Amino acid sequence: MRRSCLFIPSSNPGMLQSADIYPFDAVIFDLEDAVTMSEKESARELLKNFLSIADLKQKEIMIRINSLDNDLAMLDLDDIVSDEIDTIMLPKARVSDIVYLDKVLRQIEEKKQMTKKINIVPIIELASSLLEVERIAAEKRVNGILLGAEDLTSDMEVSRTEEGTEIFYPRARIAMACKAFKIDAIDTPYTNVNNLEGLEKDSLVAKELGFNAKACIHPNQIDVINRIFSPTEKEILRAQKIVAAYEQEKKGAFSLDGKMIDKPIIERSLKIIAKAKKIGLL
Amino acid sequence: MKNSLGRFVSEDFRPFVASDAYTNKERIKIPEKKTTNVDKMISSLREVFDRLNITDGMTLSFHHHLRDGDRVLNLVAAEIKRRNLKNMVLAPSSIFPCHSSLVELIENKNVVQIYTNYVNGAVADAISQGKLEKPLVMMTHGGRPQAIESGYLKIDVAFIACPNADSEGNGNGFAGPNACGSLGYSISDMLYADKKVVVTDHLVSKVSKREIKSEYIDYVLQVDSIGDAQKIVSGTTKITKDPIGLMIAKEAARFLDSAGYIQNGFSMQTGAGGTSLAVAHFVKEIMMKNNIKASFASGGITGYFTSMLAEGLVDRLFDVQSFDLEAVKSIGKNKNHIAISASEYANPYDDNIVNKLDFVILGATEVDLDFNVNVTTSSLGNIIGGSGGHADTAHGAKLTMIVTPLIKSRIPIVKEKVTTITTPGSDVDVIVTERGIAINPLRKDLIEKMKSSNMDIVSIEELLQRAHRITGIPTKIQFSKDIVGVVMYRDGTIIDTIYRK
Repeated sequence: MRRSCLFIPSSNPGMLQSADIYPFDAVIFDLEDAVTMSEKESARELLKNFLSIADLKQKEIMIRINSLDNDLAMLDLDDIVSDEIDTIMLPKARVSDIVYLDKVLRQIEEKKQMTKKINIVPIIELASSLLEVERIAAEKRVNGILLGAEDLTSDMEVSRTEEGTEIFYPRARIAMACKAFKIDAIDTPYTNVNNLEGLEKDSLVAKELGFNAKACIHPNQIDVINRIFSPTEKEILRAQKIVAAYEQEKKGAFSLDGKMIDKPIIERSLKIIAKAKKIGLL
Repeated sequence: MKNSLGRFVSEDFRPFVASDAYTNKERIKIPEKKTTNVDKMISSLREVFDRLNITDGMTLSFHHHLRDGDRVLNLVAAEIKRRNLKNMVLAPSSIFPCHSSLVELIENKNVVQIYTNYVNGAVADAISQGKLEKPLVMMTHGGRPQAIESGYLKIDVAFIACPNADSEGNGNGFAGPNACGSLGYSISDMLYADKKVVVTDHLVSKVSKREIKSEYIDYVLQVDSIGDAQKIVSGTTKITKDPIGLMIAKEAARFLDSAGYIQNGFSMQTGAGGTSLAVAHFVKEIMMKNNIKASFASGGITGYFTSMLAEGLVDRLFDVQSFDLEAVKSIGKNKNHIAISASEYANPYDDNIVNKLDFVILGATEVDLDFNVNVTTSSLGNIIGGSGGHADTAHGAKLTMIVTPLIKSRIPIVKEKVTTITTPGSDVDVIVTERGIAINPLRKDLIEKMKSSNMDIVSIEELLQRAHRITGIPTKIQFSKDIVGVVMYRDGTIIDTIYRK
């Protein structure tokens, strides 16, 4: 289950070494934007060696490869895809890219006799990708979608703002698509690493629109994100009360504290309890 | 001979036995030295040297409240050089990089011995290289006043930098262009040195709130500048932004809460250091959440603690040293921000503050399997600091917690044996790192209490293994057998010896 997904540049040995200590749900080892062109090869080599000895305590390992429109992506995939990783994060993803990546991954999995099937998390960072996000979400290997707001707003030729008005529509559409296909909606990183209050507000907006996770670019952002995307103590207590009452009433609809409780509310309560259990809150 | 921790001690000194061995001894106090001098204003440092007949082999003392902005020690050093005095002994409470002019004096044997509680920068490097003729004596903040009052450290002339003084010799650190707050480290010097000189750059008609008292002061010297108070602030007095440091601090605060140390009326001290201060931040969050108020905080005081005082989260601050300019502003104005002397702070024989602490948060350069802590030398053997109040607070506080990354610059902090023992392991209770927490087996009560917690508590041996799994086992460094210094425990015994690199 994803709440926080931390980007770590694969070219930074110190940050790789510390990766095992942070409380993220998923780590994204970056081979794309955080690595300069002259360091691409050494970063890939460093990451490969690191993955062979790293103990990340069952956390999800994602790799952001370079986009498929250049040769680096195939070198990344050949070197990095193995049973040591869980997910490939694909930049500037279109439906056609996902179909192609699925094929490549199948070949590598067979060639390396892997036991795992690698998941894909596409990044929506082109206007054209957003317009086909429902088809992207429907692809089999895709189990989450990340909004890449910096590139998307650049493609849209609009400015990024603290309020995020310019990404309201992309957020809403991505969240809707993800919910429709029961996959993770991962919000774009909040780039001011010194403003944890701003991060909290930004995360709440995303959560209200249906996102269940958020990418981050600094370890200090993890706690806020984990907190915002976890059920609150009040929500858990209410959910427990509803489920307990449902088990007693054994009815599809009943009244609790003067409010009507029916199937969607019971299902939502069960989801909250399941989530709380999964992240160790219960 | 060897002390009880197995460390070599030369015959000139008494070996360390145990951290509480002082309790079996009587307090020794030489008589206080009051002045009979009436006409105290003096026109120049040269005249001070002439009138006090400062000659070869004398011991001169200084305080370090201006930290890396101090100019007074450098002014006196320049006069020693000008007169080419030889075999001088210096006893500054600390030495900073700004005191690099001493290196030449050490090389030319103008200065042959130094007593201090902390030294870093060029002087530390020179001593590490064996340039000081007699071994450096590294004391603690509580051990120094004990050594002075007992007559072990006999001071001929104390030069007391005083940011705000009158012509009678009354003074404090609360006002003036170089206000630096508490003058706590200079009080023993004021009471027991043979002669005392107040050096000020802000002469006023009368000082009412007296830290420095005229009855003890022989001369008052006005100079252009005693230093630069802006430089009392160092990087170590701000809360860390480093994610590993913050993570350690959060775990440390969670441990303190789980172990029941954050209760109404508790008392605390955090050492200088971004991670230690971050612990205070997370402790504050717990206090606010649970509506808890602390009785006091002590030691080196920063703006973070003065804000807590202003917010009513802590009743009193006992300030032996003001670490930043916010603390300086507060100390002269808030009656509950109280300047204390180093003796009141940590002298083992005084009714000291450290013995009343519930917990102290400290850093470490190295920690070993016996929980001994080194903050005196680096793993390569260079002198990089010293106890300050480390050993004092570790002994006094009910819980001593070390917060440190397990690995710094690819070097494991947990070792089989530390290079130099500053603080004995018997006084250290918990080590909190980003890769696990170790509780001293001597604290069975704490181990029992934390059994039900979900924190990552492991043995210190496991912490060492975890470090080695990442770094490999480092090659042991061989040191020369030449002694460059000794680490004097707060009771005057020697806890370890420092060797030339």
